[in-house]
Amino acid sequence: MRLLSLDVFYVVAGMLLLGVAIGLAMDRSQPKRFGSALFWGVLAITFIAGNLVPPVVIGYLALALVLLAATKRMGGAKAAETSAEQRSASAARLGFWIFVPALLIPVTAVLGTLGLSKLHVGDVWLFSTVNVPVVSICLGAVVAVAAGLLLTRAPLRTPVNEGGRLLQTVGWAVILPQFLAVLGGIFAQAGVGAVVADLVARIFPMQFPFVAVLAYCAGMALFTICMGNAFAAFAVITLGIGLPFVVQAHHGNVAIMAAIGMLSGYCGTLVTPMAANFNLVPAMLLELKDKNAVIKAQAPVALAVWTFNVLLMYLCVYRF
Amino acid sequence: MIKLVGIAIVALGFALRGNTLLVVVAAGIATGLAAGMGFNEIMAAFGNYFVEYRYLTLTVVLTLPVVGLLERYGLRERAEALIRRSRAATAGRVLVVYTAVRQVSIALGINIGGQAAMTRPLVSPMAEGAAHARAGPLPPATTETIRAHAAAAENIGNFFGEDTVFAVGAVLVIQSTLHEAGHDVSLWLLSWWGIPTAIAAFVLWVWRARVLDRRINREVAAGKEAQR
Repeated sequence: MRLLSLDVFYVVAGMLLLGVAIGLAMDRSQPKRFGSALFWGVLAITFIAGNLVPPVVIGYLALALVLLAATKRMGGAKAAETSAEQRSASAARLGFWIFVPALLIPVTAVLGTLGLSKLHVGDVWLFSTVNVPVVSICLGAVVAVAAGLLLTRAPLRTPVNEGGRLLQTVGWAVILPQFLAVLGGIFAQAGVGAVVADLVARIFPMQFPFVAVLAYCAGMALFTICMGNAFAAFAVITLGIGLPFVVQAHHGNVAIMAAIGMLSGYCGTLVTPMAANFNLVPAMLLELKDKNAVIKAQAPVALAVWTFNVLLMYLCVYRF
Repeated sequence: MIKLVGIAIVALGFALRGNTLLVVVAAGIATGLAAGMGFNEIMAAFGNYFVEYRYLTLTVVLTLPVVGLLERYGLRERAEALIRRSRAATAGRVLVVYTAVRQVSIALGINIGGQAAMTRPLVSPMAEGAAHARAGPLPPATTETIRAHAAAAENIGNFFGEDTVFAVGAVLVIQSTLHEAGHDVSLWLLSWWGIPTAIAAFVLWVWRARVLDRRINREVAAGKEAQR
């Protein structure tokens, strides 16, 4: 038996989303309150009952979320209720202690990964064995809320309201990563990758060892840019370009090719809006006007690391 | 070739700046139809993947309440005030230190946070505070640039630390994919070959951080000039 697993935290998050939805629906000063409430309410259902309802129902609910967002039924976030002076004053009063709940998230993540995941009494384990890092962060977040409530003596509705305000700040972009993963799954199911790999293999003159390396690294980066996910690109491009050309045709080293190939894919992740959780959600969270600002900040590093990867792979893959 | 319709829709949608969610869903539906799936079948696949990938949304949703609570009580202001006391701190240095911590911890298999838990409440206020203490009041555009770099510090540390030392995440994906294709490769070898890129990425990030510091000084000076 596992006491803490993702499923437990899905229900916790679902309850929280439901609380946010109800709070928004009751707040008359909130613009477009019912559209916003409906959005978070439907999302709450997919979190609480995701495994109980047939997938086709979840599919239509997900489609409803998209339509709510696309027809602009959601309102924005209200401004913070406290002024900067009030916040500075309470920060001065709480002193260093204000950092403690915030730091409990990384501290719990460390403890969770190193120790808590190995705790068990007989057959009852504290942690699920899958996705330990994610479960640790979730536990950290819950512990941190408890510590924050103790420290500030705020009522329970404060974190729900403030969390809801931040969720409204991010808006529908918060579920974009999930949809991009859905798209990646559909692409894989439809066999899009094989077509792309075949196309790249035909365009490039693969009889040259350097071209094989270049095509593989370019394929990894470009397909990751299209999919937003280097893991999905890895299987497709490695089977379609890497193994047949770099390894079989030119006798390259499999481990070197694969390790550096994946990292070339990450260079693509850094520059694509499709990797929404890394590039777009932070832009919303940090309230940036330019939603592509994070990508622009990352692009020089991405390009330089990718070039380094191509050269490193070419110099090493045929040698070791 | 017809299966590439999804990629075409995504490219076109981004070029025309359509609603990203709508573009992505349209691409998914079109790809499914092109592959000969029925509409309900596509919706079932949507539902399946949507439920499977809830964990991508989970950590953001669960960390926002405590972040919101602490921000209400002045966490960001306190983080800014703390960093102002340090004479050596610049925005670039704060971000380099964070990237280093992130790279080393993720290499040991420990995920210390992410954009919601670390970047917004701690890293970005500290970088802004350091820049303010050094250069003076920041023009809004400069604040934006610093924040974008704070998000980049988190991503770069996360991505290029992950595949080294301790076999986690991506290395396991690589190994199982290669295994299915008939190649058995040791995790150690894969991790080992992740190290040169990890070092290169860090060095390049140090360079970008120095560029950022120079840019902040230049923009703040230009702002003061304009006020005269």
